[in-house]
Parts: sequence; structure tokens; C-alpha cells
Amino acid sequence: MKKLWIARLAVVAVLAGVAGLVWHLNVRDEPDVSASEPASVPTPAILARGEYLARAGDCMACHTARGGAAFAGGLALATPFGTVYTSNLTPDDATGIGTWSSADFWRALHNGRAKNGRLLYPAFPYTNYTKITREDSDALYAWLRTLAPVRQPNRPNALRWPYNTQVALAVWRALYFTPGTYTPDTARSAQWNRGAYLVQGLGHCSACHAARNALGATSDSMDLAGGLIPLQNWYAPSLQSPQEAGVADWSTADIVKLFQTGATRHGWVTGPMAEVVLRGTQYLSQQDLASVAQYLKALPGAHADAAPAARAYPPVSPMVAMAGAKLYQDRCAQCHGATGQGVPNAYPALAGNRVVTMDRPANLVQMVMYGGFAPATAGNSRPFGMPPYVLVLSDSEIAAVLTHIRMSWGNDAGPVSEFQVKRLRNTATP
Amino acid sequence: MRFKLSFSSVPPLAPFLRRLAVLAALALGSTTAVLAAPFENTIAQRMQACMACHGLQGRAGPDGYYPRIAGKPAGYLYHQLMSFRDGRRHYALMTGMVDLLSDAYLMEIAQYFSSVEAPYPPPATAAQIGATPEVLRQGQRLVAQGDPTRGIPACVQCHGQSLTGVAPDIPGLLGLPRDYLNAQMGSFRTGQRRAQAPDCMATVAQRLSLADVNAVSSWLATRPLPADTHPASSVPAPLPLPCGSVSGANEVRR
Repeated sequence: MKKLWIARLAVVAVLAGVAGLVWHLNVRDEPDVSASEPASVPTPAILARGEYLARAGDCMACHTARGGAAFAGGLALATPFGTVYTSNLTPDDATGIGTWSSADFWRALHNGRAKNGRLLYPAFPYTNYTKITREDSDALYAWLRTLAPVRQPNRPNALRWPYNTQVALAVWRALYFTPGTYTPDTARSAQWNRGAYLVQGLGHCSACHAARNALGATSDSMDLAGGLIPLQNWYAPSLQSPQEAGVADWSTADIVKLFQTGATRHGWVTGPMAEVVLRGTQYLSQQDLASVAQYLKALPGAHADAAPAARAYPPVSPMVAMAGAKLYQDRCAQCHGATGQGVPNAYPALAGNRVVTMDRPANLVQMVMYGGFAPATAGNSRPFGMPPYVLVLSDSEIAAVLTHIRMSWGNDAGPVSEFQVKRLRNTATP
Repeated sequence: MRFKLSFSSVPPLAPFLRRLAVLAALALGSTTAVLAAPFENTIAQRMQACMACHGLQGRAGPDGYYPRIAGKPAGYLYHQLMSFRDGRRHYALMTGMVDLLSDAYLMEIAQYFSSVEAPYPPPATAAQIGATPEVLRQGQRLVAQGDPTRGIPACVQCHGQSLTGVAPDIPGLLGLPRDYLNAQMGSFRTGQRRAQAPDCMATVAQRLSLADVNAVSSWLATRPLPADTHPASSVPAPLPLPCGSVSGANEVRR
């Protein structure tokens, strides 16, 4: 009897200890938001900086619904755990951040906690934004307060149990979130450090370019080894691998051009990255983009010095090979060329194209199914486009033509199966 | 031409190879002609991406749901492109195509397709679409006279006396399949398709019964195009309803 009581007490004590630890980990490094702030009029320079930083973070992409008022939120973000709706960032007192102080705003960015004390879901990438400086946070805050207030109530999230509970979120945060600041690496140049600050923090590149675990967490903001974006079925390629989107061997000018215009001589950005370029990176200064380029070029493992080991692929049946070649001739060759050579500054070459040859065929399937235009940026205002084939080609036809382009003209990549296409077709949305 | 040139180098000792090549060229059929089209840095080249669904030159797709866009008034096309991008019209595939494009580029696209002169298909016959003479009569009456007792204006009051539309903002109603017309009037009725407010077409569609919709679409789909297929340059009288999608429609009869 006594033993049972001791055991029960021990269990209670352990639970209380864990709860206390989770609590403690959730309030680390939080600012005092109760202190009153002196009323200050931000300078035009601070407002301009805030607007610039909002571009760098591409805040608008998530905080604006299609056809809705800018920054008034309401966009549905589908996650494997349910739907998160983005919030109203306009300075409306009732539904936006009109009553927020700069400290409240900083706590949301730095600690992932809203003004009302509720923990925020990491669909809002505060796991990256925690590295933003207080000065930059204040500039963003000051600029957002100059927007016209829009009365648009935030829509409640529609998440499944237990993900819809604050307790579950607190446990997640205890496991995967540590508030932090960007600490400059004194062994590196100021330019590299500026690039690192933008990539790891406001740019939140790792939100897509890193794999997520079963609970939706990325390993850390410096991991850029590539990841499949949940439910969208676009693969954000590794920025470290020379076989994917590593840029160690690119010139800085080419990298900057891609961020400014969305296109280079050899191809264009597609999928979610096209939107990042359209609404975000095209507005960044030459200097900041050169900094980002320098940081990306210096990522570990980004050089193509080691040739990849020869790979063995399952055999392709002659029927599939013939069907793929015929489909290519009929549907693709007109723009991409008889030998996959493309047309410079218009249609990407497929021969030697890493999007074609990287292991994951997700982006190829997306492009063939849904097509689309390159983003109409200031530097590429009349982009070329690709027709959608989702209604024209069957899964087996898409697999055959992709197998053809992955194994022709010196491309050395594995075949794409009908099953792979089917999985991507059934869940993807354009 | 391409094939002639390349196959002239086939040695005469292998005439059967030449025959094989001719057969292969025939099998490739129209593809060969398309392949021969050289790349041009033009808006027409850029719009090749639209043809997979909207057909050659934007003459309409094969199944009735991808409408003709060639020759429609530029302002009308521009508004539709913007509506797909900004969420007033809903078709994910189309939204995906225009999602990343600017107002200026959408206007250039609209003007391009507006300028394309392409032949129209023959109209459907009443037998093809199973329309009875009564249905066609009712359709003709609604198109030409409307129904003043129910506040339904005649189609011709806005879409032009010859129903080829009015430049720059009002589309023509001929040369379109009945399925497409039904789908559009149906989605205006339910609010699935919207235009800039005040949304005159939604107002009209909501006053139509399903029988009215079928009658109007059946009659329109069986009408041939007039000799001049171009949109009229102006409406004969002020519009019967305020229309947000029609520029200069402020002088409205109320």
C-alpha cells in the first residue's frame, strides 16, 4: 500500500517536473510587454527600412488572401495537421495589431507568442524570425502601423486534436524551438554575415529548403539540405548539393540575377520560389543579394568537386522508352528542342538541367501537370510559359515522357514511375 | 521541306530506308509542321502556353469548357484574366497560369488574343443539342426582348444588336457551345463567377430560371455568326443596369 503511494507520488512529481520544464522552456527570453512605451514618431528612413524588411521576409505572401486586402490575413495554409489561417497585420484596433506595442510585436517575432499570450503556430516561421534584431523588428512594426487599418476578423485555425491545443504546442516548442539571436561569425566577412542573417532569419529559407520531421519541425535554420513542402508537393531543392540547387559554382552575378528577375539565361524559378522572387527578393538591394549569394556559395558541401557515384536504375521497358520519345517529340520538342537544348532566355534547356536530373521528380511532375509562367518581375516583365498537361496526359504518359528526358542527351537520372506521378497528381494543387 | 533536305543524304542504295522515312514522316503528321515553326521573340510565341487548353490560336478547346478567346474584346479578356488572378473567378488551373503575372502583361495578353482573327466553328443544330422549337422561340424572345415584367433586360441591349459584343468590355455571345454558356450563366446565378461590382450579369442571371438559361443558351448556340464578327464600337442606348466591368458605364438608365 505504502509502496503504491510512493509510486503514485513519484509519477505526479515527474509529471509536475515535466510540466514545469515545458513551461520554463516556453517563457525563455521573453521581453516585459507591460512597460509603457514612449510615443515616438518613426523617421522616414525607419519606415522605408520596415517596408524593405517586409519584402525581404515576404510577409505579404502569407498575410494576404487571394483578392483580399494587403496584409489583412485570411490565407489558408494547409498543413499535415490541419489548416492554419494567417492573421491580420494591419493596424486595426479590433481585428489587427492596432493595440499592439512594439514589444508585443517583438515577442511575436522573437518568442512566437501573440499579444493575448497565446502561443503561435510555427507555420508563422518564428523559428527563423527569432534571429531578427530588435531594431529590425521595430522598423517592421513601425511600417505596418502606417498601413490603412482593415477590419477583418482573424479566422480560427482548423487543426485536428491534439494539435489544436496550446499544451501540444507548448510541448512542441519545448522540443524544437529555442529563442535566439544572430551571432556574427567573426572569422567571416561582414558580407557573409549579412547574407547569413538574411537567409537564416527574415528570409526563412529553411522553412522550405529543409526537411521536416513527423511533427513538422526542421532541424535548424542553417540546414538547407532540401525538403518536400508538405501537401504542395513541390520539392525545395538542397541549396548545398551540387546535384540540386547548390550555387557554389555559379557566379555571384548569376545568383543575383535569379533573385532579381526570376530567370537566368538557362531557366526560370518555378513553384513557391517564383512567388518568393515576385513579391520578395526582386525588391532587395544589389548589395543584400550579393551578400545572400556569398553566403549560399560558401555553404558546406556545395562544390561539385566530387563526382557522384555511378548509380544503377531499374530497367526501362522498350514500350515506355518509345512512348516517352514520341510524347517528347509531339508535346515538348517544339519549345525545348529536339535534343533538349531549349531556347536561351525563353525555354529552359532540359539537357544538363539539375531540375530534370535531381533524384526527386516532384517539381517535374508539377510543371508538366500544371505548367505556368515565370514570374513577371521588373527585370523579366513578359515571361514565357509552359502549358498545363494535367487534362491531356495520363499518369503513365507523364511518367514515360519524364523518364525520357531524365535519360536522354547525357542526362543520367532514374526513371519516373506511373505510381510516383499518381501520388503527386492526387494530392497536388496548383 | 525539313525532311526532304535531311533525307536527300540517304544513299540511293537503300531506297527502302527512304520509304520507311516517308512513312515515319506521315505518321508524325501535323507535328512536323509545328516543329518547323521557328522560335520568335513575340507575344504570339509566349502565348503558345495557352493553346493546350484554348486550342490553336485560342479558337476554343475540343470539349466545350475551354472557351474561344480569339477576337473577344480586349477589356473583357483583361477583366477575366484579373478575375482569375484575384479570386473573382475560380478555376485552379487558370489561376495557376496567371498567378504571377502583372496587370501590364495581362493587358498585353488580352490585346493579343483580341486581335487574333480566326475562323468560327459552324453553329450547333437544334437536333445536335436536342432543343425543341418552343425552347428556341423562348430563347429568341429573351435574347431579343428580355422580360420586362421580371426585370430581365434583353441580351442585345448590352451584348450588341448582332450579339458580337461591344468593345472594349462586353463579350460576344455567338460561336460558343451551349455547355459553356450554361456553365457561365449557372455560375453567375450561384455567385461562383463574379465580375467587378456592381455585378450586372450576376443580377440578370439571378432573375433567370433554369428553363430560361437553357432556352437562351440553346438559341445562342444554334445561331450563325454574322458576316462581320467584330464587336460593335458602342451600345445603342445606355446600359439597363450599372456594370462595374464596363468602363464609362456610369451614364446608366436607372
